[in-house]
Amino acid sequence: MLDKIKNSFDDAGKLSLFTARFFKEVFKWPFQLNEFLRQCYVIGYKSLPLVTITGFIMGLVLTIQSRPTMSKFGAESWLPSMVSLSLIREIAPVITALICAGKIASGIGAELGSMKVTSQIDAMEVSAINPYKYLVVTRVLATTIMVPILVFYADFIGILGGYIGYNVHGNASMYSYFTNVIEHLEFLDILPATIKTFFFGFFIGLIGCYKGFNASGGTASVGHAANSAVVTASLSIFIIDMLAVQITDLFFS
Amino acid sequence: MTATPLIAVTNLRKSFGTNEVLKGVNFSVNEGENLVILGRSGSGKSVTIKCLVGLIPTDEGEMKVFGTDVAQLSYQELNEIRLRIGFLFQGGALYDSMSVRDNLSFTLKHHSPKLSNEEVQTRILEVLENVGLAESIDKMPSELSGGMVKRTAVARTLIIKPEIILYDEPTAGLDTITSREISDLILAVQKKYKTTSIIITHDMACAKSTGNRIMILKDGVINAAGTYDELEKSSDEWVRSFFI
Ligand SMILES: Nc1ncnc2c1ncn2[C@@H]1O[C@H](COP(=O)(O)OP(=O)(O)O)[C@@H](O)[C@H]1O
Ligand SMILES: [Mg+2]
Repeated sequence: MLDKIKNSFDDAGKLSLFTARFFKEVFKWPFQLNEFLRQCYVIGYKSLPLVTITGFIMGLVLTIQSRPTMSKFGAESWLPSMVSLSLIREIAPVITALICAGKIASGIGAELGSMKVTSQIDAMEVSAINPYKYLVVTRVLATTIMVPILVFYADFIGILGGYIGYNVHGNASMYSYFTNVIEHLEFLDILPATIKTFFFGFFIGLIGCYKGFNASGGTASVGHAANSAVVTASLSIFIIDMLAVQITDLFFS
Repeated sequence: MTATPLIAVTNLRKSFGTNEVLKGVNFSVNEGENLVILGRSGSGKSVTIKCLVGLIPTDEGEMKVFGTDVAQLSYQELNEIRLRIGFLFQGGALYDSMSVRDNLSFTLKHHSPKLSNEEVQTRILEVLENVGLAESIDKMPSELSGGMVKRTAVARTLIIKPEIILYDEPTAGLDTITSREISDLILAVQKKYKTTSIIITHDMACAKSTGNRIMILKDGVINAAGTYDELEKSSDEWVRSFFI
């Protein structure tokens, strides 16, 4: 038990050093643009189908589930805006980030982990190519940018799902539904939610890379790196979310 | 011999926690020479050459490569030295997401971004022909046999025209015939590219054919050194045991 606690402090310390190194390398020329774009493409492409399906289902289910309660209070006309608010402020960011943790953080952890145990990272290092810059900086920047974009996309798909859920028992035109949604949206609903998605993306990439770079030993450690990348990234998403809500509450209410 | 040593290691020490691996290693390699390092598995052979290229930080000692102490260099200066050294990893360490061609062009393009694509391709083909792999240029590492992986790895180090090559068990895991081919390749590279090499091996046939001089690492120090013939006739039974 004591060992476990000591280990997690050790881990936190090493992760901080890893993060510090990211900020040191990210501003150094030259930037690996090709690898960065390739990673953006891979990350977006890999997660798109999953994000589409879950986003749609979230909007649909949330609408159908909320309708009975809302109509009990005679507030059925509030349904579109309520659903889209929950989606934009909380559900789409968190669910999308969790999906990315499962799909991207594990992918990066496994990829870099296997490069590490087969000495490919050392090979890069001895051929005077900074593996940190080439592998880590590009991936972390790519997730930091792609996760918010995926969240925006999930917002949109979720609201579309909400529209279809709404029309199970009603009939609103697409136009009036979306006008209803947009009318009740405020800048302050979107801004804090968007800011936190950058943090989600940053930590998904960073933790995936960190776990991969610290794989050691045989092939078993590759699986371990992927697995613990998902667990740690998911946990960090919830912690960031909690902090974000507290901070938003402090400043904007 | 009056040749200048290209690599000179004095009193190299390295421990991992309580595991004292190197306890004061001393040796030097002259220009144009092939030095073979023998030793049991786990004796610290890989650690020694990883220290030489700064992959593992040392605890103590001086490692002069091209006359400068590698341990004292900044990252930038270290990288300049690394560009003059080729390192062949035990498993080949090919980038498995890239074809043979891209494995070679990756390093080259990274360091010479101004090279035209034609020049890059010419150099890749030339190096691959030298290691006898020209026809596998578009294969992925997973499609290569053990010997071909080693050849590709040699080609990848040659592409930056190194002056020193460090081979970590180049024939490990290969059959006798392929091992002999790789040994011949090491000799051919020494001749053609005028390289200075350290070759770590278990394979006595490889040690005999490629090594100008042989050293044995035991208990963290150099236990014996000499030519193949000298060590074979050593009075120390333990040294002779390698030659059976
Ligand atoms: N990165 C490392 N961390 C901890 N111990 C290591 C590391 N690299 C090597 N060792 C230890 O150093 C010793 C020598 O390893 P190595 O040089 O790989 O042996 P070999 O002579 O077979 O190449 C082994 O006991 C190994 O466990
Ligand atoms: Mg070894």
